[in-house]
Amino acid sequence: MKTSLMKGAALGALLAAGAAVAPASAQDSIYVANNAYRTGPFSGSGIPIGDGMRDYFTMLNERDGGIGGVKINFEECETGYDTKKSIECYEQAKSKNTVVYSPWSTGATLAAIPRAHIDKIPILSMAYGLSASADGNQFPWVFIPPLTYWDGASVMVRHMANELGGMDKLKGKKLGLIHLDAPFGKEPIPVLENLAKKYGFELKLYPVAAADMQNQGSLWLSIRRDRPDFLYNQGWGAMNPTAVKEAIKNGFPINKLVGVWWAGGDDDARAGGAEAKGYKSLSFHQAGANFPVVQDIIKHVVEKGKSLAPKEKVGENLYNRGVYNSMLVAEAIRNAQRLTGKKVINGEDMRRGLETLNITEARLKELGMEGFAAPVKVACTDHSGHHKAYVAEWDGTKWTKASDWMDPLKEEVRPLIEANAKDYAEKNAGWPKRSEPCEKSS
Amino acid sequence: MFYREAGQYKSTYAADMAVFPIRQDRIGIAVILAIAFIGIPLIGNDFFIATVMIPFLVFSLAAIGLNILTGYTGLISLGTAAFMGVGAYACYKLTTFFPSVNIILLILVSGLFSAAIGVLFGLPSLRIKGFYLAVATLAAQFFLQWAFVRVPWLFNYNASGAIEVPQRTVFGLPITGAAATPETRYFVCLGLVVVLTWFASNLVHGKLGRSWMAVRDMDIAAELMGIKLLNAKLIAFAVSSYFAGVAGAMMIFLWYGGGEANDVFTIRLSFNILFMVIIGGLGSLIGSFMGAAFIASLPTILKFGLPALGVPLSGATAEHVTFMLVGALIIIFLIVEPHGLARLWQITKQKLRTWPFPY
Amino acid sequence: MSDVAARPAPNLLSNGWIKAGLILAGIVLASIVGAQLDGSGTLHRVLIDPFQQMASAPDLLVQTIWEGLVSGVLYALIALGFVLIFKASGVFNFAQGIMVVFAALTLVGLYEKGVPAFLAVILTLGVMFVLAVTIERVVLRPLVNQPDIILFMATFGITYFLIGFGESVFGGNPKQMITSELYLPKGAIDAKILGGFVSFQKIDIAAAIIASIMIAALAVFFQYTRIGRALRAVADSHKAALSVGISLNQIWVIVWFTAGIVALITGIMWGARSDVSFALEIVALKALPVLILGGFTSIPGAIVGGLIIGIGEKIGEFYWGPLIGGGIESWLAYFIALGFLLFRPQGLFGDKIIERI
Repeated sequence: MKTSLMKGAALGALLAAGAAVAPASAQDSIYVANNAYRTGPFSGSGIPIGDGMRDYFTMLNERDGGIGGVKINFEECETGYDTKKSIECYEQAKSKNTVVYSPWSTGATLAAIPRAHIDKIPILSMAYGLSASADGNQFPWVFIPPLTYWDGASVMVRHMANELGGMDKLKGKKLGLIHLDAPFGKEPIPVLENLAKKYGFELKLYPVAAADMQNQGSLWLSIRRDRPDFLYNQGWGAMNPTAVKEAIKNGFPINKLVGVWWAGGDDDARAGGAEAKGYKSLSFHQAGANFPVVQDIIKHVVEKGKSLAPKEKVGENLYNRGVYNSMLVAEAIRNAQRLTGKKVINGEDMRRGLETLNITEARLKELGMEGFAAPVKVACTDHSGHHKAYVAEWDGTKWTKASDWMDPLKEEVRPLIEANAKDYAEKNAGWPKRSEPCEKSS
Repeated sequence: MFYREAGQYKSTYAADMAVFPIRQDRIGIAVILAIAFIGIPLIGNDFFIATVMIPFLVFSLAAIGLNILTGYTGLISLGTAAFMGVGAYACYKLTTFFPSVNIILLILVSGLFSAAIGVLFGLPSLRIKGFYLAVATLAAQFFLQWAFVRVPWLFNYNASGAIEVPQRTVFGLPITGAAATPETRYFVCLGLVVVLTWFASNLVHGKLGRSWMAVRDMDIAAELMGIKLLNAKLIAFAVSSYFAGVAGAMMIFLWYGGGEANDVFTIRLSFNILFMVIIGGLGSLIGSFMGAAFIASLPTILKFGLPALGVPLSGATAEHVTFMLVGALIIIFLIVEPHGLARLWQITKQKLRTWPFPY
Repeated sequence: MSDVAARPAPNLLSNGWIKAGLILAGIVLASIVGAQLDGSGTLHRVLIDPFQQMASAPDLLVQTIWEGLVSGVLYALIALGFVLIFKASGVFNFAQGIMVVFAALTLVGLYEKGVPAFLAVILTLGVMFVLAVTIERVVLRPLVNQPDIILFMATFGITYFLIGFGESVFGGNPKQMITSELYLPKGAIDAKILGGFVSFQKIDIAAAIIASIMIAALAVFFQYTRIGRALRAVADSHKAALSVGISLNQIWVIVWFTAGIVALITGIMWGARSDVSFALEIVALKALPVLILGGFTSIPGAIVGGLIIGIGEKIGEFYWGPLIGGGIESWLAYFIALGFLLFRPQGLFGDKIIERI
C-alpha cells in the first residue's frame, strides 16, 4: 500500500511539474522549436534530417556566435511521427514562444495550420505539408519553400518529357504513381490528373496502405501487368527501400523509377544493393560533403564531438536536407533582424522575415552553399516560390546530380493552388482574412 | 475515521441501490467535479489543459465505451479507433450539411452513426467469441480506415484529404476551430463527459447492465434465464460504439482541431484504448478514467514533466526511457493488482473505512 | 453439469431480423444481376472480367499465386510464433511482432559491431534465450493463473519495454539485413512458361524451404521428444501436467525461446525483403487473420491459414482490387478469415470450444 501511495505522490509532483512546464524564455537568445522523430517506424528518415538541422544551428552558434550576435536556442521535440505527440510539441513550442514551428509531417502541419493563424506562429513546412498553403493571401502564416508536392509532380512530368524528347511525346505514355495511402501520398494526384488530361498520358495509381509498406508484392504484380513507362514514388519511410527492392525483383527498369524528394534517402537506395544504381529521386539541394558549409559543420561540430551523427553520414542526402531547412530558418531570422532592427525577434517579426526571404546566388556563395541549392525567393502572395528542382541519381554509393535544374510547370500548378486555397478558406468557415500588410519592398 | 458509513441508515430500496450509497462518496464526487470545473481552469495553464486534460477526457469517454463492451459484456473489440473515426467523419458531414445547428448537439448525434456501424460489425459476435472475436473486429478497423481514405465524399473532397474543422459558435462563443480557446474546449469536453458518464452509470446499474453482466459471466446461462443474446450483445455494441463515436468527434473537433484523421484512428489507438480498459479495471467506470490517465496522460507528463523537474533527458533518449518506464509500470501494476487500478482504489477505500483501527 | 459441445450454433435463419435482411439482399442482388450481366456493367467486371484476365495471361496468374504462396509462408512463420506460445501458456502474445524486430536488430547490430555473421546468429539466439528466461521469471511466473486478457495486457507491457530498449541500444535508423553473409541466395530464376515468364526469387524459394524445414522440425520435436510430449500435456491441462511432474516454468522458457527462434528467422526473411527497422512490427499484424483462420492452437492451422490468406489476398488485390481503387489488401485478409469463422468459430483447425454450465 505504501508503495502505491508513494507512487501517487510522485505522480502528483509530476502533474504539478507538467502544469508549470512553461519556463521563462531567456531574452538573450532566439528560441527555435523543431519537431524531430528519432523514434518510431519513420525514424530512418527522421534521424539524418534531425541531425542536419541540429548541426547547422550548432555550427552557427559555435562559429559565428549565433545570428546577428544572438545565440540560437534550438530545441527538438520528439514526435515519433505521431500526430498526437506533434500537437503536444506544438503546444510546447507555443508556450516557449518559438519564432517558427517546423512540423515535419503532413498530419502535424494540417493540425497546426489553423492554430498558427490565431497564435501568430509562422509555420515553415519545407517542401511538404499542404500544397495549397503556398497562397500567401489565404495562408499568411504558412511557408512552403522552395516548392510544393504539386510542383514536384509537375517536375516529374517535365523530366519524363525530357527523357522522351519533348512534351508532345508524352501522348499515349503511361505514368504510374506509387503512393502511401494517406493524405501525404495522395497529394500529387490532382496535378497529375490535370497534366495527364492536358498532355494525353495515362495515369495509373498504386496505393500502398500504411500496414503494407513492407509488403508490396501484389502492387508490383499490377505494375508488371500495366507496364507503365515511368513510375513516380510518393513514398516515405520503410515503403521506399521496399519499393526499390521490389522494382529490382520485378525487373522494372530502375532508372525509370523516380521518387519524390522524400524518397531520396541514402538508406532507401542502399537497400537495393548494386542493382539500385540508376534509381532516381527529385531534389532541390545537392548531396555530399564537398561544400564549404558542410566542411564548416564537420570542423566546428562533428570533430568537436557535438554532433549526434556519425561522421560518414554527414553529407548524405537527407542530412543535407536538414542543413538546407535550417539555413532557410537562419536566413529568415537574419532577414527579420534586418527588417525590424531588433536583435531578439518574435514570431511576427519572423513572419515578415520569411515573407521577404530572398536568398540570391551571391548570398548562397557567402553561406558556403554555391551550387548546393538554387536561389530562393518568397513573396507576399507566393509563399513557396515554386523553385527549381533537379533529378538526382543513385550511383551505387551516393546521390549525384543527373539533370539540369528544372522549373516546375508553374502555370499549371499556381491556378490549382489558388483555387484550393480559396476552397480551404471557404470550407473552414470563419477563416480569418489576411490582415497582415505586405512589405513595401525589400 | 473520516470515511465511515456508520450511522447512515438506508430506509428505502432506492437508497440501498444508489450508485453512491455512502455520504462521503457523494462528497468526494462533488469535490472532484468542483476541481474539474473550477480548480483546473484556474490553476492549469493552456499547455496543461490542451495537452493533458482534453486528451484525458476524450480517452476516458472512449474507454468507458469500450468498457461497456469488454468489461460489462465480455466482448473484446479491437475496432474502437475505427468507430471513433466514424463519429468524427459523421460529425464533419453533419456540420457541413447543417452549419447552423449547435455543434455540441451534432457531436452527440454523430455517435448514432457510429452506433449503427458498430451494430453491423457486431453481428459476428453471435457466433465468434474471445480472441477470435477480437481479431474479427480488426476487419472493421482496417476496412473503415481504408474507407476513410478512399471515399472522398467523407472529407468533402478536400485536397488535403483530411477533416478541416470549421469554426462553429454557440451563443457567439467559438467552440470549434482555431479561435476556440483551450478553456472553452475543455469545458465542452468536460460537460459531455460528465453527462455521458452519468448516462453510462445509469445504464450499467440498470436492467440492461445486469443482462450484459449475465452475458459476460456465461452467455449460455444467461440465455437460459431468458436474456435475448442477440439483443443484449448488439445493444452493447451499439452503446459502446456510440460512446466511441462521440469520443472520436470530440477528438477531432475539440482536441486536434483538424488534421489528417486517418493517421489518428489507427490500430494503435484501438489497442491503447483496450489497454486503458484493462489496466483501469474491467467493468468499472472509474477504472476507465484511471486507465486513460495512466496510458494516455502518463507518457505526456513524463515527457514534459521530467525535463521541467530538472531531469536531464531530451529527444530520443527521453522517448526511449518513457517507453521502457511505461512498459515496466504496466507489468508491475498487473502483478501488483491484476484487476486494475479500480481494484486498487477499492482496496484503498476498504482500508480507509477501518482506519485507524483495522481490527 | 453437462457437456454442451454439440450445442448447435444459434440458427441464424430462425431469427426474424436476419431472415428479412436476407430476403431483401436477395431481391436487390437479383435486380442488379438482371440489369448488369449483359454488358460491361459492374457485375460483368466483378464476375467475368477477372477470370478472362486470368485465362489470357496465365503467367501472371502463376506469378500471383507464387507471390501469395511466399507471403503466405512468411505469414505462417509469424503466426507460428503466436500459436506456440498460445498453446503452451494460453497467452495471446502481442509482443511477437516486436520480438521479430528485436531479433533481427540484434543480429544486424552485432554484425555491425564486427561479430562474424554466424557467430552473430548464435549470439542472437543466446539473447533470445535470455529474453525468454527473463519474461518467464519477471512476467509469467507472478501472473500465473490470471485471466487470458491480463496476460495479453502484460505482453503489451513487454512490447513497450522492448521498443524503448531496442531503440536505445541499436538506434532507430534502418539497417540492411546481412543476406549474403548468411549465404542466402540472391537473384531470380526466370522460367519461360505459358507464353510469358514467371520469375522466382531465390530468396523466396529459400524462405519457403527454410520455413518448411523449420515447421517440420518443430512438428517432429513436439511429436517425438520428451519435451514435446510435456508441452502437449501442458497445452491440454496445466493442472494435470503439473500433477505428473512436468515443470511449467521450464516448458514456458522453452516455448518462449522457440518463439524467439521463429522470430529471428521471420526477421531475417522479412528483413531481406525490405530492411530491418521498427516498421517491421506492423507486419506482425498480418499474422492475426491467419491465426483466426487457422485456429489459435493449431500448428498445421497456421500453415494452411497462412497459405489461404497469402494467396487469397494477392489474387483479390490483383484481380479485384482495381475495381474499387486498390489497396484492399489491408482488410481483405480479415474478411476472408471472417467468412471462414462464420462457419467454424474456432478456426479451421482450432480446438473445439467446449462450454460447460
